[in-house]
Amino acid sequence: MDAIIRVNDLTKSYGPNLAVDHISFDVKEGEVFGFLGPNGAGKTTTIRMMVGLTQPSSGTALIDGHDILREPVKVKQTIGLVPETSNLYGELTSLENLIYQAELYGVARKERKVRALQLLEEFGLKEHQEKPFQKLSRGLKRRLTIATALIHHPKILFLDEPTTGLDVMSARGLRKLILDSKKKGLTIFLTTHYIPEAESLCDRIAIIVKGKIRIIDTPQNIRSRVKEMEILEIGLDRIPDPLKNKLLSLDGIEKILIDENRIRFHTENINQVTPGIIRLFEEQGVKMETINTLSPTLEDAFVTLTGLDSELMKIDKPEKTPA
Amino acid sequence: MRFEVQGKMMDEIAKAYFIAKKDMGAYYLKPPLISWGLMLPIVFVLAFYFRNPMGIKEVVPGLIGLTLLFSCTSMAAIVITFEKRIGALERLLLAPLAIRTILFGKALGSTVFGLVITLVITIFLIPIIGLSIHHPFSFSLTIILSGIAFSLLGILISVGVKEVFEAMTLSNFFRFPMIFLCGVFFPVPEMPYPLPILSYLLPLTYTVDGLRHCLSEDKGIIPLYLNLLILLGFVLLLFGLSLFIFKKRIRQEF
Repeated sequence: MDAIIRVNDLTKSYGPNLAVDHISFDVKEGEVFGFLGPNGAGKTTTIRMMVGLTQPSSGTALIDGHDILREPVKVKQTIGLVPETSNLYGELTSLENLIYQAELYGVARKERKVRALQLLEEFGLKEHQEKPFQKLSRGLKRRLTIATALIHHPKILFLDEPTTGLDVMSARGLRKLILDSKKKGLTIFLTTHYIPEAESLCDRIAIIVKGKIRIIDTPQNIRSRVKEMEILEIGLDRIPDPLKNKLLSLDGIEKILIDENRIRFHTENINQVTPGIIRLFEEQGVKMETINTLSPTLEDAFVTLTGLDSELMKIDKPEKTPA
Repeated sequence: MRFEVQGKMMDEIAKAYFIAKKDMGAYYLKPPLISWGLMLPIVFVLAFYFRNPMGIKEVVPGLIGLTLLFSCTSMAAIVITFEKRIGALERLLLAPLAIRTILFGKALGSTVFGLVITLVITIFLIPIIGLSIHHPFSFSLTIILSGIAFSLLGILISVGVKEVFEAMTLSNFFRFPMIFLCGVFFPVPEMPYPLPILSYLLPLTYTVDGLRHCLSEDKGIIPLYLNLLILLGFVLLLFGLSLFIFKKRIRQEF
């Protein structure tokens, strides 16, 4: 497959701060490419440069062969963007929002209403077509924002944190819609800080931290990079405060992740570290309730490769405007 | 090549029209806004009428000019600031549109609003004070050019602010001095020096002078055609300035 997006040495600085630090990557036609990273990593800035909303400090990108700096209008014609905040016109109905967008994108007069109704049907919004956008639920607003981005049959859909702030069912429905759009041949570029979302949706993932891309690969390959690592998960009746530091001082343990009363140990040799761990639990008087060995997940790989705590990825950005 | 340019131009005009149509549907043609737009000029007219029914004809060109100024600048400034705040302006910046098309569309919407309000007030005055329009074509041209200039002034104001109340405050900073400097109540040539110099730098002066020619067969300060040419100059100047500052601001803010 040919690259439909080519990003070359793209950089954005705000004064002395580098928000995006000389990143380069390609996105192939028809794939779902994910930008995974914690809040403030530079994901949104990258997307905004690629769609022509933010001027890069240096570097460039080609979107379907069009330079983002020299041909911004052609780039905008080729893409659809769903920003992090659903920002359609509150006073207009779902149908009116879609038709207005069709008008701005130059969809032929005869096709505007037909296409709008088709999208309302596809996105399960038919019964809400006469409702003003401001009266829709958050999940429906998100769906309509995506439908609006598709009104002009774009080749590439950019989704910035598509499921942030949605309830579980709405997020699930939205992920299905994203996968359905991919099946129709759309290239999708999405940013997310949810590791499971990136894993379930993306053909390839770029992990970005502090404006730099750390790794680009398929979720399977990223996981396999830490295959030599073994994971031991132990459930305890309680976790006393000083336990973590004492565990980290044991030989052979690379990382410890604590989730409620479960502790995950990342190690290269389970057999070597297990006796020491058990001895320490006995000394501290904590009781083991479960013990499992696990294969590394994408989350484990993320933690190992970036050195970041995966808890950081669970923090949502505060919303800018009520959606 | 020529057809391509013509096609592109028609496309831009069509898209500007869609922007204006959306603004009118979403904001301007709502009953509360129309009644708000009509309230101020009606209060002004009634206040002058009850004070001096015979002398109101003298201030009518000024009152019509003020109506146009307040309705166009307010709407352009409020709508752009509001859309900037809720993120909807970003949608326009994302669409395959030139910035000039966006500005033209926004100015067109608020100009139409200002013209509707102005025409309602003018029609209201015809039976009440026996107002007559001596040069309908020049009258139309004067209010259209003035409406566009005032809307562009509103856009220019909106570029520098973040909140709607800031837009209103800044608008008043420009508008209130114009009431006294532009010949609405006091003839410009009779003002003490150096106030007339300031007056000649403000577009409302030419709106009021133009309207005096059309509504009262007054000779005005300068000939009617010159008022129209100067208003056209203001339109071009304010459009260029808005475009320049808007582009600069987008680069800074986005």
